[in-house]
Amino acid sequence: MSRHSARLLKIPGRFLLLFLLLALVLVSHAAAQTPSPSQPTDDQVNAIAKRLYCPVCENIPLDVCGTQACAQWRDLIRQRLAEGWSDRQIINYFVDQYGDRVLATPPARGLNWLVYIIPPLLILAGAFILWRALRFWKEPLSQPEPNPPDDYTKRVEEELRKR
Amino acid sequence: MMIHSTESVTEETQPRPRPRWGRIIAWLALLGFLIIIALGLLRSQEGPVNIGAQVPNFTLTTFEQEQINILDLKGKIVLINFWASWCKPCEQEAADLEAAWQFYKNRGDVVFLGIDYVDTEPEARAYLKKFAITYPNGPDLGTRISQAFRIRGVPETYLIDREGTLQFVQIGPFRSLAQIKSVIDPLLGE
Repeated sequence: MSRHSARLLKIPGRFLLLFLLLALVLVSHAAAQTPSPSQPTDDQVNAIAKRLYCPVCENIPLDVCGTQACAQWRDLIRQRLAEGWSDRQIINYFVDQYGDRVLATPPARGLNWLVYIIPPLLILAGAFILWRALRFWKEPLSQPEPNPPDDYTKRVEEELRKR
Repeated sequence: MMIHSTESVTEETQPRPRPRWGRIIAWLALLGFLIIIALGLLRSQEGPVNIGAQVPNFTLTTFEQEQINILDLKGKIVLINFWASWCKPCEQEAADLEAAWQFYKNRGDVVFLGIDYVDTEPEARAYLKKFAITYPNGPDLGTRISQAFRIRGVPETYLIDREGTLQFVQIGPFRSLAQIKSVIDPLLGE
């Protein structure tokens, strides 16, 4: 093989090496962006987190709460998801650890039933009052017929007419 | 005849008495609802357990799965510290509390209990390791203990005498080891 042909072979070799390096960088970049099956996404974590409230930050759902306590809870959800826990198992774990108060939707037992019963009852009562009011506005209550004039009234009216 | 017709008209126009059960039930329901709201508001307005009152009964399951009931500690002075790994002010007193525990633990009549409030276990264990805390600590499962003490946040520390009566409440962190000793020592002589 002549020196010229050897040089020709070297050039594609360099290109091949460069191509392989570039491909390696691209693949590793893509792999970094795509979560592995065992690594839960933020959406998966937040889907569970929004059903929970941290007792420290009342009235702020866990998925949007910015405190360190809530960040730790979200990390724990991520960890449990990675371990293969179901949504229900994770929520039950939080209830066992921190009580019913962490749930966005209170369980229907004990006094919690009031939450489910009172609003529909109030709506029904309001609808009934509205229906009664509308009916009254449409057909005002009939006035009772005046009593027929008695003898004395008749005589007074007769006298008045005569004048 | 005339009299008869007048009477019949009067009977017809007289409003018939209606059953008022609906109204009574509605008012009772409203009253009950208001009582529930009032009780809830009163409870939320209550401060921590009063000094001089008996502390609520509770059982702490430590991170080592040891069960400690507060009633079993009668005859001892008990310091109960509520903390959390996410709580920065808790870190200010952590080393002082451990130093105080090291100072009193050999006496046998002083007990320290750490109650981990709304925390995650790995971070809680890391916190205990970081500050080399050796007295019993455990999670506040279901936030039952913190609710019984009606704590407002962490850190809060409760000191209980030998009769199970609350003698001192520290809201916020202790400033020094000397401050911790200054509240425990008077109870030792009693």
